[in-house]
Amino acid sequence: MPIITSSVIGLDGREDRVSIEIPKWLYDKVAERIKGTSFSTVSDYITYRLQSEFSEEPVYTEEEERKIKERLRRLGYIP
Amino acid sequence: MALPHGGRLIDRFLRGERGRKASEEAEELPKVRVSRELVKDLENIASGAFSPLEGPLLREDYLSVLEEGRLSNRLPWTYPIVLDVSEEEAREIDEGDDVAVTDIQGRPFAILHLEEKYRLDRKVHAERVYRTLDPRHPGVAKTWEMKPVLLGGEIDLFRESESRFAVYRLKPKETRVLFKEKGWRTVAGFQTRNAPHLGHEYVQKTALSFVDGLLIHPLIGRKKPGDFRDEVILEAYEALIRGYYLRDTAVLAVLEMEMRYAGPREAVFHAIVRKNFGCTHFIVGRDHAGVGNFYKPYEAQEIFDEYPDLGITPLFFRSFFYCRKCGGVTNEKVCPHGEADHVRFSGTRIREMLMRGERPPREMMRPEVVDVVLKSEKPFVE
Repeated sequence: MPIITSSVIGLDGREDRVSIEIPKWLYDKVAERIKGTSFSTVSDYITYRLQSEFSEEPVYTEEEERKIKERLRRLGYIP
Repeated sequence: MALPHGGRLIDRFLRGERGRKASEEAEELPKVRVSRELVKDLENIASGAFSPLEGPLLREDYLSVLEEGRLSNRLPWTYPIVLDVSEEEAREIDEGDDVAVTDIQGRPFAILHLEEKYRLDRKVHAERVYRTLDPRHPGVAKTWEMKPVLLGGEIDLFRESESRFAVYRLKPKETRVLFKEKGWRTVAGFQTRNAPHLGHEYVQKTALSFVDGLLIHPLIGRKKPGDFRDEVILEAYEALIRGYYLRDTAVLAVLEMEMRYAGPREAVFHAIVRKNFGCTHFIVGRDHAGVGNFYKPYEAQEIFDEYPDLGITPLFFRSFFYCRKCGGVTNEKVCPHGEADHVRFSGTRIREMLMRGERPPREMMRPEVVDVVLKSEKPFVE
């Protein structure tokens, strides 16, 4: 079974990586699918898909979010 | 919620003191004047709607978009966002300069950090983007009117244009906060340039049955004669949502950007833009962003096969119609009855009826929507 290495940025700013296993046939299918795309490795693709699934919102400052909510309220988008 | 395209939501607005300073500096810089449509494109870059672009395309990216529908880093990007200027304007500026970008009245609103000047090949541009050189195609016709030199580089925007539709104008940062406030994890984006008929409504409601929310996102900007006017589209949707949608399932906001009528390429581009607004899904119907018979009915759906790395899920729909035997709106995937029982939602036919002041039947268009269109003095672009 091929090993997929994925990564996250740790609190200390270093990249921590872990390895997971997926079936070979699936690995081959993904490898075929990403030819010519923006993904250079199967790991990149799987990391991207999982990031989308568990995505964090772009970080706003408290002040920025307060102003956005204020505008949304004024326009009637939120109560 | 979808991550911004390229992983980071771009923000090229200079606010407060920085904005004031840039505005003063711009007065002293060499200037290039751009069209109303290009102002909107640059605003969409600054707001992050066109993330990851930080300015009009550099040459390498431009060529890569034309050839492969991708930026040079392989990220999907199908419509080239460029800033075109005349030979005379180009002669006055050098690569490395800061250049003030002005609107049509000559008022500066952005600074372009000019990295590259390069030439436009109109034929190659039109052929690659629109897949035709037929001058009857509005995009091809527009390409022939483009100025010959393209400028690339990052922009900083310090003044936003005024809009008649300010109350509907939400930036990607705002829709993202809005979706979060509403508790929507999955959102389908719906692109439109029409007052809604029942076919549109059923497509949206079918999508809504498996996502949390719907962003109805009409394009506001230059369109072709015969298209619905922007005010009419918005008012018609307000009436539809008020009468026929569950509370808190749909948001109506505008995207100020011109239609390009680039069919398949524009469909992918529209999806990328909605991804930046936080949509996880994007509705692609029959002949999305098409015009005349320039594209096959489902070409704009087929192109998505080339982009497994798009990061937004397209929702493909076939045509919906009213079936007299079924007694309701249905589609060819589920209705067993023949064409004789079907009432098709032909946009052209509906427009023709409305132009004659006739009311389309209730099976085609909600009466409240018909009222909005018919009470408007000029419902269509002339």
